[in-house]
Amino acid sequence: RASWLSGKTRPMEYRVAQLEALGRFLDDKKQEILEATASDLGKAPFEAELSEILLCKNELHETLNNLSQWMKDEHVNKNLVMQLDSAFIRKDPYGVVLIIAPWNYPIHLFLVPLIGAIAAGNCVIVKPSEVSKNTERLVAEALPDYLDKDCFAVVTGGVQETTRLLENKFDYIFFTGSPPVGRIIMTAAAKHLTPVTLELGGKNPCYVSDTCDVTNVARRVAWGRFFNAGQTCIAPDYLLCTIEMQEKLLPALRKAISDFYGPNPRESPDFGRIVNDKQFQRVQRLLGSGRVAIGGQTDEAERYMAPTVLVDVQPSDPVMQEEVFGPILPIVVIANMDEAIDFINSRERPLAVYAFSSNDKVVSQVLERTSSGGFCGNDTLMHVTLTSLPFGGIGNSGLGLHHGKFSFDTFSHHRGCLKRGMGWESLNAPRYPPYSKTNFGIVQATSKVTRKSDCTLL
Amino acid sequence: MERMQQVVGRARAAFRSGRSRPLEFRMQQLKALERMVQEKEKEILAALKADLNKVCGPNAYSHEILGVLGELALTMEKLPSWAAPQAVKKNLLTMRDEAYIGYEPLGVVLVIGAWNYPFVLVMQPLIGAIAAGNAVVVKPSEVSENTARLVAELLPQYLDKELYPVVTGGVPETTELLTQRFDHILYTGNTAVGKIVMAAAAKHLTPVTLELGGKSPCYIDKDCDLAVACRRITWGKYMNCGQTCIAPDYILCDPSIQSKVVENIKATLKEFYGEDVKSSPDYERIVNQRHFKRVKSLLEGQKIAYGGETDEASCFIAPTILTDVSPESKVMEEEIFGPVLPIVTVRSVDEAIEFINGREKPLALYVFSNNKQLIKRVISETSSGGVTGNDVIMHFFLSTLPFGGVGHSGMGAYHGKHSFETFSHRRACLIKDLKMESTNKMRYPPGSQKKVDWAKFFLLKRFNKARIGLFVLALLGVVAAVMIKVSFGSLLQCMSDLPDLFFATAALL
Repeated sequence: RASWLSGKTRPMEYRVAQLEALGRFLDDKKQEILEATASDLGKAPFEAELSEILLCKNELHETLNNLSQWMKDEHVNKNLVMQLDSAFIRKDPYGVVLIIAPWNYPIHLFLVPLIGAIAAGNCVIVKPSEVSKNTERLVAEALPDYLDKDCFAVVTGGVQETTRLLENKFDYIFFTGSPPVGRIIMTAAAKHLTPVTLELGGKNPCYVSDTCDVTNVARRVAWGRFFNAGQTCIAPDYLLCTIEMQEKLLPALRKAISDFYGPNPRESPDFGRIVNDKQFQRVQRLLGSGRVAIGGQTDEAERYMAPTVLVDVQPSDPVMQEEVFGPILPIVVIANMDEAIDFINSRERPLAVYAFSSNDKVVSQVLERTSSGGFCGNDTLMHVTLTSLPFGGIGNSGLGLHHGKFSFDTFSHHRGCLKRGMGWESLNAPRYPPYSKTNFGIVQATSKVTRKSDCTLL
Repeated sequence: MERMQQVVGRARAAFRSGRSRPLEFRMQQLKALERMVQEKEKEILAALKADLNKVCGPNAYSHEILGVLGELALTMEKLPSWAAPQAVKKNLLTMRDEAYIGYEPLGVVLVIGAWNYPFVLVMQPLIGAIAAGNAVVVKPSEVSENTARLVAELLPQYLDKELYPVVTGGVPETTELLTQRFDHILYTGNTAVGKIVMAAAAKHLTPVTLELGGKSPCYIDKDCDLAVACRRITWGKYMNCGQTCIAPDYILCDPSIQSKVVENIKATLKEFYGEDVKSSPDYERIVNQRHFKRVKSLLEGQKIAYGGETDEASCFIAPTILTDVSPESKVMEEEIFGPVLPIVTVRSVDEAIEFINGREKPLALYVFSNNKQLIKRVISETSSGGVTGNDVIMHFFLSTLPFGGVGHSGMGAYHGKHSFETFSHRRACLIKDLKMESTNKMRYPPGSQKKVDWAKFFLLKRFNKARIGLFVLALLGVVAAVMIKVSFGSLLQCMSDLPDLFFATAALL
């Protein structure tokens, strides 16, 4: 906090220098990052390079390219009374920001918000997840070598340490994780009136209509579901389709899985593992729901679970009660699109809704009649790779958003500023007491907003 | 009290029916609100007078009703453009797709009003929430009971009864209400209750906008037109008997100008309210006994340079100025919210900035100076919800500026378009084609270095992309896409997708 008060983090040159250092961190430590995520999650090098490095660099470049523009005071339209004044929105940093990251994309999920927080001129404390142990260690050891130690710190530890950390006053808290913990974070933040952004999760439904290219659908869904062994907050969590479509999809999914991971996914270098025993056991229990149509093999020692598809799943089954967060794709059969939409709407609002159809109208209908953090038609996951789209949840899946400019805006206080002149005091006269009807008439005329349709002169 | 559950439940069912979403419906409701304000002007002013002795006429009208009418006109004018989906910039990979941000209603919004501007503080959020397509539960402050009662009577007469219910009551009712689940809560009031509201919201992960308060400092530089500055400060400080969240709470100035400041304010007060303030029809009263006693106790042990007269029976406190106030005294601890203006002396602008930064971030900050650099400096070295330079209060009246606090003075903002955005969910939408599958091939396993390189080409933003030029980029994109097909896909599929590629290039150019 002392460093924050010194004002060190505010000048643009400082922010740019720190951001460029982050870029160097990603470049220099690429190998270490790939290795750490491989040990923590069995992450395939391609996946790690894409999600932990490439996407982070995108954010970095987008921010560096636009920072001076974003930092500028934003001049706003003025009303008649204020024509001679200067009115603008200033982007002030909040102060000391806390970023709490989860284990599934351990670099990406602290780095991307960190970019926004630094860009906005704040000091930051990063709390990586203790569950992804190797990455935690890497970050704690390596990051301080790249960033200004006075203004940016890494704190490690488990639940106890995090609870103690939260007793301190922060000026903003950015949390990625599960809804129950999100509640705890927000309650702790309320004690200090600290604003928060919570990136949580939910069960992301994936509706597949009867009119579609089954092969392509199967590939895109399989890719999204089994990426990072299913441990992705925006993975398609479950599939909704008719029984006829299910019969067509199963062989297509089988082929896609085999194309991607070969006949024995366990031997594929491109398929990940569950992060720890606790999660493994949790996901394993979900296999009891419905019937295993594809996959289902597990190896506890390796925390390996084959890419699995479950059928005959009932809405009341365990696999439909919690976010799967594993390589299992349950298929719930519905009669038609309306039923699918009702099903989606009867549950908590998810982070993402997916809809597949060759018919544009079907995709539009699902989009318009549901509510979710984000939406992707005819593909999975891809909407988060566009930095111009905001990423965030709604309801139980979270509050606030970030990515690209939205990160910068999230971590800045938008301060409304009006600078007036000392002269022209007589123009102010109508607003002062003693009040009178004539004066009031002037006030009304000069400050009211008329509707275009009211204007009769033109 | 299952009454709350029923009321909120009905609002939610009404929202689920979807009728609050179409733009025509929203406009219709807003128009009805406009009619209500115009037709019931007399009743509204009467309620305001009963609650706060706000005079029937110019000041109540301009402070409350004019603002509401302005907001309604602006919102109805701009709603179609605010609600329209916003297309976003795409990258090479998504160039054929539809990518945009959709503005959607959040669901059921709770608006909790305050007693000092009881009408506008309930209406302005309501306008934004309706405009964004939500159902709204309105809870006016029980302290301003006449306005609360009026709002509870009028709203159902003009608006959809189920979508926009009014709930009245005090602390127990509000506590019960807060146990229900909402999709956004906007609360205007004090810091202590703000914490309670946020904690209650946390249980349901409900986003909140808190318009709280604080001690808004007012720095007067030696180099400024004192007469003008003091006039403006007097206006802002004593309007509504000091009960304004963005009133200049206290003054910081050099000791050498302190007495001049006092003289100027005295003169202005006489000009505004005449010789006998108590009989001026334009001077309001403290809202109730509790606040009267609270404000009166702040005067104890202070050097009263002017004013100080009180009358408990009518909750009257004269416009008062205190000089040489100690930063540790009670009047400098809490937000005054009354017609008492302490002056704390500081020897330089550095001391003033340090003083301000040593305290909680206020809702508003005021600086008076002829020196533009000085004003700039004060703004950039402090933090506050909003700022007005060389005047007070006025930033509130520009609806293009976001109005909100920071730190203990609040979070979130509203007014004008900012209200609409506060009460909307910005949903990221990407609609792709089910065809063109071969461009996806590079992302599927099995992984390979070649694929990583392709991924980099398509996804990675580089520095100064502008240098390459869009045309060349597009051309590269076409070439790359074709090459991917050739290396990863079948020739047949390549043929079928080729026309699409040409269209894409054409579209980009």
